[in-house]
Amino acid sequence: MERPAKRIRTHRAISPWLFLLPGVGVIAAFNLYPFFTTIYKAFTDARTLTSGNWVGLQNFQTMIHDDQFWTALRNSGLYVLLVVPFTVLLPLLLAMLVQKQMPGIAFFRSAFYTPVVASVVVVGLIWVWILDDRGLVNGILNVLGAGPVKFLGDQWLLLLSAMALTIWKGLGYYMIIYLAALANVPQELHEAAAVDGAGPIRRFVSVTMPSVRPTMVLVGALSSVNAFKVFSEVFLLAGPAGGPAGEDTTLVMLVQRVGTGLNGRVGYASAISLIVFVIALLLMLLVLRADRKEEPR
Amino acid sequence: MKRLSGWEKTLRYVLLLVVLAITVGPFLWQLSTSLKGTTEDIYTYPPKLLPEHPTLKNYSGVADIIPVWDYALNSLKVALTNVVTNVIGASMAGYALARLRFKGRKIAGLAVAMALLVPLEAIIIAQFTMMRDLSLNNTLVAVVLPGAVSALNVMLMRNAFSNLPYEIEEAAVIDGANVWQRFVRIALPSVKGTIAVVAIFAFMGAWDDFLWPLIVLSDSSNFTLTVGLNFLHGTFQQNPRLVAAGTIIAVAPLIVMFACLQRFFFRGVGEGAVKG
Repeated sequence: MERPAKRIRTHRAISPWLFLLPGVGVIAAFNLYPFFTTIYKAFTDARTLTSGNWVGLQNFQTMIHDDQFWTALRNSGLYVLLVVPFTVLLPLLLAMLVQKQMPGIAFFRSAFYTPVVASVVVVGLIWVWILDDRGLVNGILNVLGAGPVKFLGDQWLLLLSAMALTIWKGLGYYMIIYLAALANVPQELHEAAAVDGAGPIRRFVSVTMPSVRPTMVLVGALSSVNAFKVFSEVFLLAGPAGGPAGEDTTLVMLVQRVGTGLNGRVGYASAISLIVFVIALLLMLLVLRADRKEEPR
Repeated sequence: MKRLSGWEKTLRYVLLLVVLAITVGPFLWQLSTSLKGTTEDIYTYPPKLLPEHPTLKNYSGVADIIPVWDYALNSLKVALTNVVTNVIGASMAGYALARLRFKGRKIAGLAVAMALLVPLEAIIIAQFTMMRDLSLNNTLVAVVLPGAVSALNVMLMRNAFSNLPYEIEEAAVIDGANVWQRFVRIALPSVKGTIAVVAIFAFMGAWDDFLWPLIVLSDSSNFTLTVGLNFLHGTFQQNPRLVAAGTIIAVAPLIVMFACLQRFFFRGVGEGAVKG
């Protein structure tokens, strides 16, 4: 009698771990382990082919005197400051536009999502062609009697174009998040406000915004982190070198450039990666905290 | 709901069309460029959307310069493998975290939650050196491995299993079904919707990924489509028609998939974002 019972018990003790093994195994081996080696290597002078020695804070001292690092930090920081207000507000307005049931609205909703489905490489190359000196945008500007504007030839225009691309590609993604939130705003609130004589803008500020506030904070947090980690958009528009004289390099581009290749400075790239991680985490906490502070109002 | 007045309806449709032009217009322009022959001027003022003599020559032309169909096959292999590993790995781990009681469950859950907080971009160099140490760099296996089971998918599956009522498994327990039988026959079929979401986003994520394959693949014969397109752009940007054809090849399968499986996309994005 005792044997079968025992067998069942051991089976029970092992099988949860067998269930976990593939998933948690991959996550531990390829996400958590590299995270810890990143922290460790940030304090070594490791290169691609050598594991390197402990050098203490030397990588961080190098960073302080590295102009490239400060340029990259500035660009990634600017990216957050200039992109996030748009990714928080525009998709909300878009969600309000496609929320109303009207003939054909499902088509528009899906169509607006197309840029999200496409690879960033695809949309990046489309934009390179559209913003070309003789491309579509300059064609339209020409018809209007303006231009041509060299979008991809100037350090700042390049960065702004990449930001516009990021905002454009994110519109549909954040729109869907807002749609879910808008569905929960009670219609009666709008009607009551309308009866009180509030116009559309008043209703937006005093009814819609407060009800979707938590979602705005969530979108703000998500898009801040995403904007700070930007790589592909700038890489594709400005090229691997980061535009004229590398002035458009972002932090993740710098990590990629410094840390890869046969003689990659893995230690230094890890130190920059650590900075990326810490700032991304702080950004997220900052946005979420800002929300909590204002709540008691 | 109150009915829209005539002018408001018109205004809304006008706005919808403007946004449509902004979001979808660039894709149409790219499609149009890819269909214009070498004799047709692509720089005309004002720009012409409809090609005068539509041709598919650019599609064979791009294949003469880069092995675009091999790259597409590489992307397909990576994407399908990513679907299989994510569906199996995430549903098993999610089931254990949601439904099984055992010592260490909290730690396992914490490990998954912690992985969610680490941006891939911050560990990509460590992943790269790891692949070198394993002599896997420059292989498609290396492209798949780091994302083979994503923490977000484990969380999605865990939430889906948590929302199932316990009663549906109780009957099976009384019938003497063991945990594997319960998982395969009862739990899995009840969360088909979430599995579809995980599968679709695993496919799309792998097909669209750029930074990681760019870093880990160095030999052009192993490129995935996105890395190959970037290469094409760098080398042959003087002919936008060819680049356009390449990008259409890369985006068309996803647009078709999206058109067929929309409801899963919308459901998934909402869930994933709120719970991620």
